[in-house]
Amino acid sequence: MLRDRFFKFGLKLAGGLIALLIFSIFVSLVIASIPSIKEFGLSFVFGKEWNPVEEHFSALPFIIGTLLTSVLALAISLPFSLAIAFFSGEFSKKGLISSLIAYATDLLAGIPSVIYGFWGLFFLVPLIRKLELSFNIPPYGVGIFTASLVLSIMIIPYASSMARDVIALVPSDLKEAGFALGSTRLEVIKKVIFPYSVSGIFAGLLLAFGRAIGETMAVTMVIGNANRIPHSLFEPANTLASVIANEFTEATSDIHLSSLIYLGLILFIITFFINYIGNMIIERMSVNGRS
Amino acid sequence: MKKILFILLVILIAGFNTAGFSKGIELTGAGATFPYPLYSKMFNEYHKLTGTKVNYQAIGSGGGIRQLRAKTVDFGASDAFVNDEGLKKFASPIVHIPMTAGAVVVAYNLPGNPQLKLTPEVLADIFLGKIKKWNDKRIAELNKNVQLPSLPIMVAHRSDGSGTTFIFTDYLSKVSKEWKEKVGKGKSVNWPVGLGGKGNQGVAGLVKNMPGSIGYVELAYAIQNNMPYATLKNKAGNFVKPSLESVSKAANIDLPDDMRVSLTNTGASYGYPISGFTWILVYQNLEDGKLSEEKAKELVNLLKWMLTEGQKYCEPLHYAPLSETAKKKALAILKKVKYRGKALLK
Repeated sequence: MLRDRFFKFGLKLAGGLIALLIFSIFVSLVIASIPSIKEFGLSFVFGKEWNPVEEHFSALPFIIGTLLTSVLALAISLPFSLAIAFFSGEFSKKGLISSLIAYATDLLAGIPSVIYGFWGLFFLVPLIRKLELSFNIPPYGVGIFTASLVLSIMIIPYASSMARDVIALVPSDLKEAGFALGSTRLEVIKKVIFPYSVSGIFAGLLLAFGRAIGETMAVTMVIGNANRIPHSLFEPANTLASVIANEFTEATSDIHLSSLIYLGLILFIITFFINYIGNMIIERMSVNGRS
Repeated sequence: MKKILFILLVILIAGFNTAGFSKGIELTGAGATFPYPLYSKMFNEYHKLTGTKVNYQAIGSGGGIRQLRAKTVDFGASDAFVNDEGLKKFASPIVHIPMTAGAVVVAYNLPGNPQLKLTPEVLADIFLGKIKKWNDKRIAELNKNVQLPSLPIMVAHRSDGSGTTFIFTDYLSKVSKEWKEKVGKGKSVNWPVGLGGKGNQGVAGLVKNMPGSIGYVELAYAIQNNMPYATLKNKAGNFVKPSLESVSKAANIDLPDDMRVSLTNTGASYGYPISGFTWILVYQNLEDGKLSEEKAKELVNLLKWMLTEGQKYCEPLHYAPLSETAKKKALAILKKVKYRGKALLK
């Protein structure tokens, strides 16, 4: 009994510490960004100018850049990560090809982001430039689209491995019942496996999206780092995380530093809300939630 | 018994060892990344000579200044001098000691790698986005023997805050009124046009990969990477190619005694106009920086060595050595550095 209690206490402590840590990160972000919050208030979120010389700061271009790149990356990666998940979770759970695919996607998650950045810069950027030349738009090569492409590859393992696991966990009696009713394999996937596992698939996508929002190094290298609101997907832009990484080391004035931390606070809040909304959706979609 | 003897022996040896090492003082510094290769060479040589270890963290000029203010390091290093307002934030006075000079060159990517000549006005208008094509009349007039393509000009700049950007925008602010009003100078600025690359290598990567692009990088970086760079018209009206020599010459002017001076657009007749010193910052009264007397003495010795014998390591690493006048003034500043009222340099 006593050991049980200790065990429970230990679990509570570990979980509580994490919650406390997150909370204190939030508090310290708020405290450090107070000078900037006092100076700019909410106009910081909606303003368009980032001018370290005049010490006038606002975040809208970066918020747009962050959301645009991560949404686009998720959209590009979605068909691929779903296809991988269904293939290795349902069609071919064992075997050489399946384990090869599983190994390769897991490997994607282990590659350092600076390598993705270099690959993007030296391989993808020249390709995109050719594409842009053929479309007769300014051939920057770098920009939102390039960054999203790099990101989409980076996040595939996050979405696919979780989806693969939940798809593989669909009880076989449910599937067999579907087949017994005369369904084809596609129909079983559509009507049985997908509804059963959709909340898990969505959770994986959420994880991938969070990863895309916070990615810094690879994005910095290929997005063009232009502190303006982009008017097309092929234009250079910038993201919250990338601005912080770029300017933090040399920010000498207090208000500049504080504004960079304010950007971090906004990033924190965005991540928090996306996770919150995502979790609500997951609950709605889960088998228990619907019944 | 044997065991005890052995342990005693080990302790004895260890004791001797630490006694031997305690001669070597350890100094810590932090700051600018631009002079880092030079400083690490100098500190390494100095360690061989004297046994004094210098631990230098290239965390950026801003960080160096902050850490000096927080007294967590013995000296700071910066590519931009601390302005009057910034000096007020220090509880006790600090001094700037120039160590070497660097330059920012305008690199470009054009078919055939021609040698271009540019005037300050044309350069500013390119970076303001007012001159949009390479075969613009104003560029063509300056480069009559070059076949200029009708490519759009793509501007590449640093995306990270940097002393290089500071020197470059300081220069543009001096030569163009419009630049001064619209953009101004700083380690990061609000660029009217162009793409940002992280670090010298980021800008160089953009320039090398993009036909028709123009950007600015450190001279040392451009030399090491064989990038073509422009000859610029200086204040005296001469077209000057950036080189270690022309950078040293840019400092041939009346230098102020505290050496907090920008070397951009100086009146020196054969000086390259986008040059600048990089400084080491220390407290004028070293006890203010929480240094022990022993450390303070060694720090001053180190700085003196860097200003005199250490200068020979500049050129092989593509840094411009200090001119004679600059060196004299720097040594005069070092003479004023004290510990509890006592000058440390004889």
